[in-house]
Amino acid sequence: MADLSVNICGIKSPNPFWLASAPPTNTGEQVMRGFDAGWGGAVWKTLGEPIVNVNSRFGAIDYSGTKVIGFNNIELITDRPLASNFKEIYEVKKRYPHNVVIVSLMVETKDEWQEIIKRSVDAGADGLELNFGCPHGMCERGMGSAVGEEPKVLQEITSWAKEFSNVPVFVKLSPNVTDIRDPGMAAVMGGCDGISLINTIKSIIGVDLDTLVPKPSVGKESTNGGYCGPAVKPIALHLLAVLGKDPKINVPISGIGGISTWQDAAEFIALGATTIQVCTAVMHYGYRIVEDLIDGLNNYLNNKGLKSVSELTGQAIPGFVDWGELDLNYDIIAKIDGDKCIGCGLCYVACLDGAHQCIHTQKGPCHGWHGEADHGFGPRTEVMPPLHHDGGVPAMSHVPFVDEEECIGCNLCMLVCPVPDCITMVEASHSESKKSWKDHVAKGSA
Amino acid sequence: MGNKTSSKPLLSPKRLERQFSDYKPLYSEAEALIEANRCINCYDAPCISACPTGIDIPAFIKKISTGNIIGSAKVIFEANMLGYSTGRVCPVEELCVGACVYNDLNSSPIQIGRLQHYAAKKAMEIEENTGEKLFPRSKRKSDKKVALIGAGPASLACAAYLALDGIEAVIFEKDTLPGGLNTTAVAPYKIQTEASIEEVNWILQHGVELKTGVEIGKDIALEKLIDEYEAVFIGIGLGMGKRLELKGNDSAAVWRATDLIRKIKNDPDFSLPDELNTVLIIGGGNTAIDISRELAMLGVKDVRLLYRRSRKEMPGYEHEMVEASRYGVRLVEHVTPLEIIRNGEQIKALKVKSTISNDIFDLPCDWVVEAVGQLKHVTKISPEIEVDDQGRVIVDAKTRCTSNPKVYAGGDCINGGKEVVNAAQDGREAAFDILRNLGISPSLHGEKYFKSFVSENKN
Repeated sequence: MADLSVNICGIKSPNPFWLASAPPTNTGEQVMRGFDAGWGGAVWKTLGEPIVNVNSRFGAIDYSGTKVIGFNNIELITDRPLASNFKEIYEVKKRYPHNVVIVSLMVETKDEWQEIIKRSVDAGADGLELNFGCPHGMCERGMGSAVGEEPKVLQEITSWAKEFSNVPVFVKLSPNVTDIRDPGMAAVMGGCDGISLINTIKSIIGVDLDTLVPKPSVGKESTNGGYCGPAVKPIALHLLAVLGKDPKINVPISGIGGISTWQDAAEFIALGATTIQVCTAVMHYGYRIVEDLIDGLNNYLNNKGLKSVSELTGQAIPGFVDWGELDLNYDIIAKIDGDKCIGCGLCYVACLDGAHQCIHTQKGPCHGWHGEADHGFGPRTEVMPPLHHDGGVPAMSHVPFVDEEECIGCNLCMLVCPVPDCITMVEASHSESKKSWKDHVAKGSA
Repeated sequence: MGNKTSSKPLLSPKRLERQFSDYKPLYSEAEALIEANRCINCYDAPCISACPTGIDIPAFIKKISTGNIIGSAKVIFEANMLGYSTGRVCPVEELCVGACVYNDLNSSPIQIGRLQHYAAKKAMEIEENTGEKLFPRSKRKSDKKVALIGAGPASLACAAYLALDGIEAVIFEKDTLPGGLNTTAVAPYKIQTEASIEEVNWILQHGVELKTGVEIGKDIALEKLIDEYEAVFIGIGLGMGKRLELKGNDSAAVWRATDLIRKIKNDPDFSLPDELNTVLIIGGGNTAIDISRELAMLGVKDVRLLYRRSRKEMPGYEHEMVEASRYGVRLVEHVTPLEIIRNGEQIKALKVKSTISNDIFDLPCDWVVEAVGQLKHVTKISPEIEVDDQGRVIVDAKTRCTSNPKVYAGGDCINGGKEVVNAAQDGREAAFDILRNLGISPSLHGEKYFKSFVSENKN
């Protein structure tokens, strides 16, 4: 059994999995059920001057029958009295001393920050998370992402928080910026102990084609919301890696953004996250998903021979480099396993229309290769389907074949193939040593 | 005139077939969406090649998944005007569904027939509710007339494509009810007569004229039609069920399968006698399997199918036999009937011989049903039409034109008994050739859906 416990900014958590600040951490009763299910920590639904919410609040993107691949919300911070929230925080910490409770905060003036930080610390918060990311509603009042997008303001408020707090201060960053390093550096300069990212992405989730009102609708109107869920993971991973790569960002990071499975979590950890925060997947399936997050991560670490989750942290960062450092001589080609192929033709049409026209069917070569469909470019190479060993008719006529001379190894066929391991990308034999664009530039050959 | 089964309204709810429920009921919207989204949208999909009408199946399924039902139905009907009934009655396991790539992934194949049924049905409903036609009739004026003999799938498909391009298409049907086998023979758990008639009416509203109760060769001579019309299409199917030369089979308790099936489907006064316990069906084709399953589903306790060879050699589909077995039908292989032993009109037993041991034994029973194929009756229409040694009308493989250049034929009368979908394709191909010969280029249904045209280009 690998050691899943983590220590972030001196806060010990039994595992890296925290509930993100959102509807699942709205009340003490919820947070305690989350802890019972196995969550190591929870970032409390953002506290501030209680607001009035609108209805409806949520929207989602489904794709080809898969529900909620992307999610957005126009809900604001807590709508419950601060006194109730602090009382519940106190109760939760008393009953669950080994679980982490971070309190997310969002207020305006320095006095308000001082007041709310004191009350949070008094209630027993293990740490604070400054919500500088919320991209809807609160930013119109000068808070949330209005702060996250202004590095100077962000830095100043962070320094206030550090002044008033004797527990670690995390700054939650907005992804709605051109360069994440600007707010990231501001948070570090302001003295933060850690960074949480990403908050949601400014979005319109869709338009109701009957009413022609954007979603989610509030009567006959809507507003931009915060986008999250599985579809945002790649954006979050990138921003995480950019900060993780930057030596000046020398604080631990709590990773957030579309995490639904232990694989997602392991990827965040490998790109430098110390803890993982989850919201949308819990809103979709409930707290129970943490069981497989823990179990799956543990099995993965065991299989990898890693004794603790911290041994995985940041392991993928060295492999994240500038394009100019990539090896221009690296060469792979697609191989189709004829025994596994079901003849759906998806690799063929994808390569034909979307890539480099190097997959052919045995019914005939692809367009552009011969005859009247040739747009004047002429045949690229003469390719023939692989023949039976006796030189007779081609084996398995439904199986497309790759023109290995022309295949540029782009992955597209492999990505669209519905059969696991049917198309694989294999390294082509080559003798040339690594040479990158930067090498060419250095030699003056580019 | 046609052999009317009753003077009462033929679509009385008392008909026995009303006791059957749909074996594959119409999908709900949610079911259709889930199934449509499972389709991986193959390129040059094997299901298309497996369809005799070459419907662009992935295209119509994709349109269901995006909620474009009208577009989906158009893809279906452009290739197959009988898309509604074929979605229900096609042996999809042997055709499109059997070719689905999911079979090779050990996953359940896409239920193409049920999706087709869904899109066609929903589009017909939308058409009715909005009054907007999927296929408005061509405004082109034409004084050309085509006569079609028999109101079954082949003629209906042919007439629809002709009518859409402004041709006056007139169908002559000797019976009182149109629809051919969909109306009179297809198992009621696949389609009932109401639905078949509904489809016929949908086709008629494209400008096709139907004359029932008129028998060509009897009431009107074929030659007269040839004189008066630009072209004649023969889609008369097959004739009466064949009889065995079996001693003792001249009893009311010995049935032709086709007659019995038709009574179950269309005769409001027909019911099974209470004391009917054992029925033996002689034959190994799909009609034999159908009537066995129908009788078993209607409550006959002991239904046995007698076939002279083994199950593997049965011409009926294995998937149909499997389904029949689920309802209690038992198969007796390797027996051939010798004689019906009777007590007056009543049957005591069927004397059979084992084709393996040559042992002879009696099988006590109440009814015997002969399901041993149907007669060809094209010669009744005109001795002028050339037929092969099996009585099938000889036509050109692509144009469906007979030895007489003005006469076309399609469906069971040219192929000896295939599926509704084959008949629909024959009708379409004949329609295209008739249009071409009349100098009319087919309009909205487009040559790209015309299979033989495509294969012509490939050569």
